[in-house]
Amino acid sequence: MNAFTEKVNKIDRRDAKLGMAHFYVAFIGLFLGGMAGLLQTLVRSGQFTLPAGIGYYQLLTLHGVVLALVMTTFFIMGFQFMAVSRTAGTLTNKQRKTAWIGFWLMTIGTVMAAVMILLNEASVLYTFYAPLQAHALFYVGLTLVIVGSWTGGGAIIMAYVGWRKKHPGQPSPLLTFMALVNTLMWIVATIGVASTVLFQLLPWSLGLVERVDVAISRTLFWYFGHPLVYFWLLPAYMAWYVIVPKIIGGKIFSDSLARLSFILFLLFSIPVGLHHQLVEPGIDPAWKFLQVILTFMVIVPSLMTAFSLFATFETFGRSQGATGLFGWLKKLPWGDARFLIPFIGMLSFIPGGAGGIINASNQMNQVVHNTIWVTGHFHLTVATAVILTFFGISYWLIPHLTGRILTKAMNKLAILQGILWAIGMTFMSGAMHAAGLLGAPRRSAFSEYGGAAQAAEWIPYQIAQAVGGSILFIAIILVIYIFINLAFFAPKGEEEFPVGEAANIAEKAPMILENWKLWLGIVVLLIAFAYTIPFIDLIENAPIGSKGYKLW
Amino acid sequence: MHIHKFEKIWLIFGVATLLVFLSVIGVSAFYLGNQPPSCLATINPEQVDTQAPFDKPGLNKVEGKEWDYELVFVASAFNYTPGEVEVPLGAKVKVLATTKDVVHGFNVAGTNINMMLEPGYISEFVTTFDKPGEFLIVCNEYCGAGHHLMSSMIKVVE
Repeated sequence: MNAFTEKVNKIDRRDAKLGMAHFYVAFIGLFLGGMAGLLQTLVRSGQFTLPAGIGYYQLLTLHGVVLALVMTTFFIMGFQFMAVSRTAGTLTNKQRKTAWIGFWLMTIGTVMAAVMILLNEASVLYTFYAPLQAHALFYVGLTLVIVGSWTGGGAIIMAYVGWRKKHPGQPSPLLTFMALVNTLMWIVATIGVASTVLFQLLPWSLGLVERVDVAISRTLFWYFGHPLVYFWLLPAYMAWYVIVPKIIGGKIFSDSLARLSFILFLLFSIPVGLHHQLVEPGIDPAWKFLQVILTFMVIVPSLMTAFSLFATFETFGRSQGATGLFGWLKKLPWGDARFLIPFIGMLSFIPGGAGGIINASNQMNQVVHNTIWVTGHFHLTVATAVILTFFGISYWLIPHLTGRILTKAMNKLAILQGILWAIGMTFMSGAMHAAGLLGAPRRSAFSEYGGAAQAAEWIPYQIAQAVGGSILFIAIILVIYIFINLAFFAPKGEEEFPVGEAANIAEKAPMILENWKLWLGIVVLLIAFAYTIPFIDLIENAPIGSKGYKLW
Repeated sequence: MHIHKFEKIWLIFGVATLLVFLSVIGVSAFYLGNQPPSCLATINPEQVDTQAPFDKPGLNKVEGKEWDYELVFVASAFNYTPGEVEVPLGAKVKVLATTKDVVHGFNVAGTNINMMLEPGYISEFVTTFDKPGEFLIVCNEYCGAGHHLMSSMIKVVE
């Protein structure tokens, strides 16, 4: 083993610059998207109307595109580059250049899509909704974001391959392995959205073809749409598995099991998109149920993850002399934002995951489909579990990259931010879940529905959502303030990039876990199994396609 | 690869629970017939108004079928036809709906009738209206600037 690369714990300055470029875009996106979210909750309270001719659905498109696609993708790419640079060694010039090309492609694409949204040429939401037809440049912009992420993903693959060549017969560093799994999953998943955009929506919006097949476009989108949520989640799992144990002073429960759970996510993230289409016509219910079963396979690695995390916490607490059933809880560093913020995220993933099981439960989906319950669900998963973990990462990674430190004052502010988030989200997500069970729809501006009694019952919950949304926006302002401090103003110093060690360091991870021909082969087989016949059915029985509509 | 004894117990318990859960929803779906709406019939979305049963939107009594009535809805931006309909209490009804333009939702609030309407496809769901009252139908899939104004009403009367 190369002793030098093992000892270098500080990320190379050139790599740090690459990481920071991604984080600047991500946090600008957070601010814009958060602002849009605040305005949406205010509109839905019925007490506020948007000024200056801004449309509710224009705002909603901005919120979805900027947060779900742009902010997350930039943060994840930046974090994964840094994780690889830290654990597999500084990127080579060629890898770094590839990563920069990816960054600029994504940034240009983001600007194009954002301009089209602001010009009100693309109020189709980030899920596209053909036959609503946006301006072609909106589709081109989002394509560039995807292609840019592939380019960046290429840099991660190159770095992984480079490390393996230099270290034959050895398992790759855990964080690098995890970044690679997420990259491979992303590339396979985005083929779906790229296909519908390049072969259906773009030629159609340019007027080259007159009609679009809506059911196929939706199915291709959701082939991508569900693995997208695992693309958000796995970087949070990287932090939970590898970084949080080091922050608390403990060990990774098991290196091999962490790898195995990532492989299971790779296998079972993709052939499951039909569970977003359970109440859609044109798809045989037997195939829907098959994908429901495949969806639930990810419960296995989720249970493994939950066990590992709490085993790490308990083992650490007991090593510090804790006694009794729950005495170890007291030994955890509750005053450390780098631990507390991701920990709040972990807790929110318990109700978030349970809600997800309900959503995907075949016929049970009818009770909640497209109600605001679903919005409440993913604000617990991506907008709490994932995003709080990303904030927790930022609080040490940004100063590490800028050569500064997280001061005690900023740590306190970060803790306040996390608590505000938990309170705000309890109000907002809780009220969304409750109103959704009463039938309140998602993706809808304020409406009294002609004075219907049922709709009147939803309004108090919508006011609670606005209260929660306002608290969340205060938390976002705190995050931005801390980010600016850590990027430009915090005192100079050395902030650690924590990387945990396995409890049983002697146990080498089985090399079969790095056999990508095997795993990608199974991925392809599972996708072919789950999707071939539904696609053949959709194509063979296709109705006449739809012309484009601009109804906003 | 070493797996801790407690983790084995945890995983066996978790997977067993999962299997029971999947069996329950599987039996409910395939044996008791509680499938999600998955109608496979197609239609030309530009000629909805001239094709049966969508040429007669509203509640239509039918004979010799497993249900007593067919409740037919046509959706287009931003309304449903009919805009209001009465259904007798206890009636077994097949709800049939389709769209003339973009994708719409069809959710009868407070019931399990919740389905997507996609251009070119017919959506259907069989149900019994066994609670009296007014049930709001909302479009719960984004369809354009008037999406939140798109609604109808089912009045279940004795």
